[in-house]
Amino acid sequence: MTTTMKPTESGTAFLTTTVSESADKIFTLEQRDEEQRWIQESSATFIQREVLPLTEAIDHQEPGVLPKLVKKAGEQGLLMIDVPEEYGGAELGLLTSSLVGSELREASFSVAFGAHTTIGTLPIVFYGNEEQKQKYLPKLASGEWIAAYALTEPGVGSDAMGLTTHAKLSEDGKYYILNGTKQWISNAGFADVMIAFARIGNEKPSAFIVEAHWPGVSTGAEERKMGIKGSSTRQVYFEDTKVPVENLLGEIHKGYKIAFNILNIGRLKLGAGTVGGARAALGMAAAYTTERKAFGKFISEFGMIQKKLARVAAETYAAESEVFRTAANIENARRSAGNDTEGAFKAIEEYAIEASLAKVHGSEVLAMAVDEGVQIFGGYGFMQEYPIEKAYRDARIQRIFEGTNEINRLVASGTLFRRVLKGKLPLMSLYPAIESRVRSGQPLNNAGESIPAELRDAVNALERAKDVTIYSAMKFALKYMQALENEEEFIEYLANLLIDLYAVDSALARATQAVRRGDENSGTHVKLAQLATWLAFTRLRSNLDQMIMTNSAEGDVQAELQFVRSYVGDYLLNGVALQRELAAVVVEKQGYPL
Amino acid sequence: MKIYVCVKQIPDPNTVVSKLDPNTKRLVRSGVSLVLDPGDESTISAAIKLRDTVGNSEVVAVSMGPASAQEAMRRALAMGVDRAILVTDPALAGSDALGTARVLAAILQKESPDLVFCSTESTDGYTGMVPGGIAEFLNLPQLTFAREINVEGAKAIIKRVTLTGYQTVECPLPAVVTIASGSFEAIYPTMKGIMSAKKKPFTQLTLADLAIDPSQVGEAGAREHVATIGKAEARAAGQIIKDDGNSAQAIADFLQRYQLL
Ligand SMILES: Cc1cc2nc3c(=O)[nH]c(=O)nc-3n(C[C@H](O)[C@H](O)[C@H](O)COP(=O)(O)OP(=O)(O)OC[C@H]3O[C@@H](n4cnc5c(N)ncnc54)[C@H](O)[C@@H]3O)c2cc1C
Repeated sequence: MTTTMKPTESGTAFLTTTVSESADKIFTLEQRDEEQRWIQESSATFIQREVLPLTEAIDHQEPGVLPKLVKKAGEQGLLMIDVPEEYGGAELGLLTSSLVGSELREASFSVAFGAHTTIGTLPIVFYGNEEQKQKYLPKLASGEWIAAYALTEPGVGSDAMGLTTHAKLSEDGKYYILNGTKQWISNAGFADVMIAFARIGNEKPSAFIVEAHWPGVSTGAEERKMGIKGSSTRQVYFEDTKVPVENLLGEIHKGYKIAFNILNIGRLKLGAGTVGGARAALGMAAAYTTERKAFGKFISEFGMIQKKLARVAAETYAAESEVFRTAANIENARRSAGNDTEGAFKAIEEYAIEASLAKVHGSEVLAMAVDEGVQIFGGYGFMQEYPIEKAYRDARIQRIFEGTNEINRLVASGTLFRRVLKGKLPLMSLYPAIESRVRSGQPLNNAGESIPAELRDAVNALERAKDVTIYSAMKFALKYMQALENEEEFIEYLANLLIDLYAVDSALARATQAVRRGDENSGTHVKLAQLATWLAFTRLRSNLDQMIMTNSAEGDVQAELQFVRSYVGDYLLNGVALQRELAAVVVEKQGYPL
Repeated sequence: MKIYVCVKQIPDPNTVVSKLDPNTKRLVRSGVSLVLDPGDESTISAAIKLRDTVGNSEVVAVSMGPASAQEAMRRALAMGVDRAILVTDPALAGSDALGTARVLAAILQKESPDLVFCSTESTDGYTGMVPGGIAEFLNLPQLTFAREINVEGAKAIIKRVTLTGYQTVECPLPAVVTIASGSFEAIYPTMKGIMSAKKKPFTQLTLADLAIDPSQVGEAGAREHVATIGKAEARAAGQIIKDDGNSAQAIADFLQRYQLL
């Protein structure tokens, strides 16, 4: 067990806590202990030496290659990180497994790894009873068996709880008989065991542990995909599959709890993976800028290319900061809950908003990183000989699975409102003070001595943006009340605001921490955080503008816009100069500068 | 068989720009990130490879260094070394190659090794004198610049790197062997290795444990004194070969002239 046990923050604390306070509390990558650093490095070396040389073979789905690599990872111990010690695991926790997740780089391998270790194995870790844990976890931790997670069906994806696969108790009461079709199941081609969801009667779905070799379990052909071509994606058919009653996982009719909770972790891990993907794409692009010449110059010397490098670096920094902050929070909360399943559930649930934000932001930053990456490579980026082409295709799925980015936006905003209504988040009580600040145009702007001078403007800008976000969210939420779900565009604006606020808050807190600590790279931290803030700030303003223009009562629009715009104000910065400076660091380091 | 590997913690050559302290004329080793010498990582890998070929053997890492060197020893254990011994003592500060060899030899003396592996030289100091010193103190034969090591009966047989190829050299065990840099790909610690390192035996000793007189080591016992330090002369400009269609030949000729091909 690792000893990193930083003070935790509660869920959504970022909205109501200042950077000055949270900078002391949040976990940042720089706080990794020796063991975490080494394990991360070890997994990076594993990928470098064992996986990347087989990229071609993986991408062509050469039989056996991918499962063999997953098993090899198992031999090295990489599949046991989240499994408790008494079941053959290392019990190092979500932070360590997220660090590993950020190093996997080859996306098909990463999907196979994640389907096995996260959505395949964790349901048993969290919800299995003693016999189930003893029977399955040692095999899953070692890689002897590979797992899959079968929720989606041809008719339902986002709305997974509408699934139609059903389970009927046999007459002798010994089995559930499963019938139905699951779709797009990762690892289906070689999985030994699946977590499958099915409905008993007309109740809510239940979860089952199904062994793939049982009679009545079969799979369809491999899907032909746009990206992650090496990963196995198939339909799974259950035809009168006899599942022993002892393989019901968790409580009967409560499979939804398992599904949602495991997805929260899946989202966090996906966020970690996308951060690693973005770092890798930036590395490829940065290296290329010092190889390719145009008009007699290296393309690294062109301002528009520098802008791309700097922006990808800054957005990646923000995503990285939020992902590992969230991972540590969840891990610490889960540890304090001990072995209590319900406690663990609550601990993970507490950070559901952050997990969704990290998933959406991470996958969108990755999208930008691979897109700009291809652009930097020019025509070569379009050619399959260059790995950025594959990175581009592989990245696309990240915005679709583990809850589409639309669904995750709904989750983030929806959960926020539910918490406000339940009184779990003090936004109602904070509202009057914030409203009067906004209406009187008197922001606190109180980032003082505790914030490094170079970051004070950014921190003040962020805190003002938090104020107006709370102000507008509360105002419109009160207006729509119960009919909120019909106002998806409003929900999306709010989610967009939350995404930028959490990312920038995490970046500024991390950079503040770096300066306070006297980190040798604090200059780079500050620049990355400044640029991340600058970029997010224009988005924040435009989301606020659009939210107000489309939601205020007609006569109020102008006045309301005025209040909010003047309150939010500007984050004045010579962004171009900053981009050039940062790009120089990226080019010198041939990639992500930290 | 008992195989010992002498290792050292050094400023990370991948991130730290070496600096000399003008007063002490020594390498600055504080306030920088420290790692197990990457050269030693490949020497350890050579030892582990031999251990696994020979069977029924153990590899022990030994080092002299400050308390911070514990991290380097844990790294060695994570790579697959079976146990580690570190000598730490305030009196050791400022040891020269002779003092270092004296201390390492004292540990080895107590352990009765079959083989002692050292890197040809460390990646920070580059003196290359410690292995010879150890062999002298222990009165053992020394094989140098090994790029391959085998054990047959009571003999060590190595392939010794030369300018043009290699020589096969052998000597009776026990022996000291220095490993030519770049000959063995460094094993990387796997996650299991990292986890199991915590449970492996790790002995920490002081000078008193080794019955070494402090006046013979450290600053006090140093026979080597750095008289002056200065900047290396700037290298002469390289030769630029323009590609006129014959550049490959020109490069080949150039390399051949220096016996690099
Ligand atoms: C390569 C791959 C691997 C996969 N692996 C697995 C796996 O291992 N296990 C598993 O169970 N599933 C897996 N899936 C399924 C995946 O989780 C679903 O594709 C995903 O949840 C989206 O469902 P859908 O494709 O049915 O889209 P739909 O739900 O049909 O959505 C279509 C569009 O409508 C949007 N939409 C839907 N509802 C709303 C709403 N309320 N408001 C706004 N917009 C909405 C969506 O965001 C999307 O843009 C995988 C999918 C792929 C492609």
